Amino acid sequence: MNKLPRFYTFAAPSRFYRLAGWTVPWFYAVAVVFALAGLYMGFFVAPVDATQGNAYRIIFIHVPAAWMSMVLYMAMAGWAAVGWAFNARMASMLARALAPTGAAFTFLALWTGAFWGKPTWGAWWVWDARLTSELILLFLYLGFMALVEAIDDTRRADQAGALLAIVGAVNVPIIYFSVRWWNTLHQGASISMTAAPSMASTMLTSMLLMTVACWSYAFAVVFVRARAIVLERERTTEWVQTLLGSSLEGAS
Amino acid sequence: MGDVMRAQDLTVRRGAEVLFKPLNFELRSGQLTWLRGSNGSGKTSLLRVVAGLTQADSGNLTWNGEPMSAASDYRARLLYLGHANGLKDDLSAMESLQFLTTLRGVRHSSERLQAALQRTGVAHRRKLATRMLSQGQRRRVVLARLALETGPGFWVLDEPFDALDDAGVALVQELFQENVQRGGSVLFTSHIAIEAAATPIQELRLQGMKVR
Amino acid sequence: MNGLVAILMRDLRLASRRPTEALMPVVFFVVAASLFPFGVGPEPAMLKQIAPGIVWVCALLSSMLSLGGMYAGDYSDGSLEQMLISGTSALEVAVAKCTAHWLMSGLPLLLVSPVLGLLFGMETDAIGVLMLGLLLGTPVLSLLGGVGSALTLGLRNTAILILLIVLPLCIPVLIFGAGAVSAYEVGLAPTGHFYLLGALLLLSALGAPLATASALRISV
Repeated sequence: MNKLPRFYTFAAPSRFYRLAGWTVPWFYAVAVVFALAGLYMGFFVAPVDATQGNAYRIIFIHVPAAWMSMVLYMAMAGWAAVGWAFNARMASMLARALAPTGAAFTFLALWTGAFWGKPTWGAWWVWDARLTSELILLFLYLGFMALVEAIDDTRRADQAGALLAIVGAVNVPIIYFSVRWWNTLHQGASISMTAAPSMASTMLTSMLLMTVACWSYAFAVVFVRARAIVLERERTTEWVQTLLGSSLEGAS
Repeated sequence: MGDVMRAQDLTVRRGAEVLFKPLNFELRSGQLTWLRGSNGSGKTSLLRVVAGLTQADSGNLTWNGEPMSAASDYRARLLYLGHANGLKDDLSAMESLQFLTTLRGVRHSSERLQAALQRTGVAHRRKLATRMLSQGQRRRVVLARLALETGPGFWVLDEPFDALDDAGVALVQELFQENVQRGGSVLFTSHIAIEAAATPIQELRLQGMKVR
Repeated sequence: MNGLVAILMRDLRLASRRPTEALMPVVFFVVAASLFPFGVGPEPAMLKQIAPGIVWVCALLSSMLSLGGMYAGDYSDGSLEQMLISGTSALEVAVAKCTAHWLMSGLPLLLVSPVLGLLFGMETDAIGVLMLGLLLGTPVLSLLGGVGSALTLGLRNTAILILLIVLPLCIPVLIFGAGAVSAYEVGLAPTGHFYLLGALLLLSALGAPLATASALRISV
């Protein structure tokens, strides 16, 4: 008997639910361990920067958060597109689960950007190309979430969200390019985010550790949310009924 | 030689809910089919699938053997009247009819349009904006679309007898007969009891998912 | 093609029967732009400098405001259904509607913009640059707006939703349109901006109607 799982085995909500269930604690564990390691290295071990002093250390959170915000948007658009093209509900559910986490990372990137800007540049916000693009990315996330929330019919909501996410994904490079152009265009106002200091190896290591931590955290949180969405959407199916039934019995 | 619409194990969803048990039917030229089912059983949803507005959840629907999306002549034959009239408040009956027929690639002369409106009894108000007409009069404007047809149409009608008086009901049945005699067919829903005239009416019942 | 022209002519005819409603985007445009001096002060040099930005932002917002009605009326009275099943493709419907929207909001804005330019003390040739930019950019707003409008058919709070969905996508147009005038005013050639606006127009003309057609099929 063929024991290898088929590629699309986890397209079934029930199997995804179980897989996600046992992987989530591991993801949390990895996230905590790597975050502790990364933050320790970043805040205590990595050397003080010559020009920026200690303020630069915020990049150990800012940069991974910014990366995650972009990666998660692409993942969200990708899964939404798969859900639409193959009529795969699980893919659409995953896309919906990704959105709030992506938005949260974008928000975090913006906040940490502000914290970085304040001591080094003197202002809480600068209209630098990267930060401004992050702001627009936040709007794209909010638009997606608002649209899928507003539509009651789940199938229509999934498909509409997929279309919007794809249109957004196509626009992201256009928006980024035009924002960069705009930023350099205005004379005397070539504001840019203080450049990250050239990386000592400890800085690079901390950055990588934090990136892994963010990835792992994202997986954990997205899977938890996806499981909740699965339960809600599939509540009329047999497996969910038995699951809820047995948990009620277990409680009493 | 006639047209056949065939459905095999057709199911339709509204939101998350599958509406009725898998449906199988055949609609042929020259048939009058009365779609029946209790309120909320999915009649309107099924009509929308047949008209090609929404996709079925599972099963297949073919027109002369071809899947609906590929069937090119289906659009030319199809005439769908939904719950909403499809009339703009600010256009007159003449303008609305002209628009709706032009959409399907047919241009009628004003005389023809007027004659159709005459037949359905609203010719005297044909130049007034739709918002000045009563509900029954608006329905009659919509029915004029049926009166304009000359070929064998595949008519999909949601509550065509709504808001009509006895004369109106008789008129609609007359229009049905004419279509059927030309080789067309009609699929309709109705709350009121319809008596078969010349052509027998076959019934198509939707069975809900919940067993009572 | 018949269907496309029929829909376009019908929309124009409907607009002509409600002239006040049809002129609302233009009125909003002028009113909103006129608010700025009250907010930032009437100093001529400063107003002249921020004029292109103000005109563009107000053009954007007034275009967006009229988007809600692009498909809503047809959706609620059943006309949209008839259009979609009539044999006219969803793509033709999308193109017809976007064209009608531009003719009724983008074009009037374009024609009124010189007035605003003068109110803000812009030079005539700068106004010319502004208008060319609007000519290239307002159709993009209508095209992208069509996608947002089609996605939000029949929902509550469509006006805000459409704004939230469409505005971020329109930011590049805003950047290049206003940027063209700023560049011109400091002595640089705005041709680069116009090329970029043209490219955006081409891209959206190719992609947006397809996306809108898709959205219509999803939403109906």
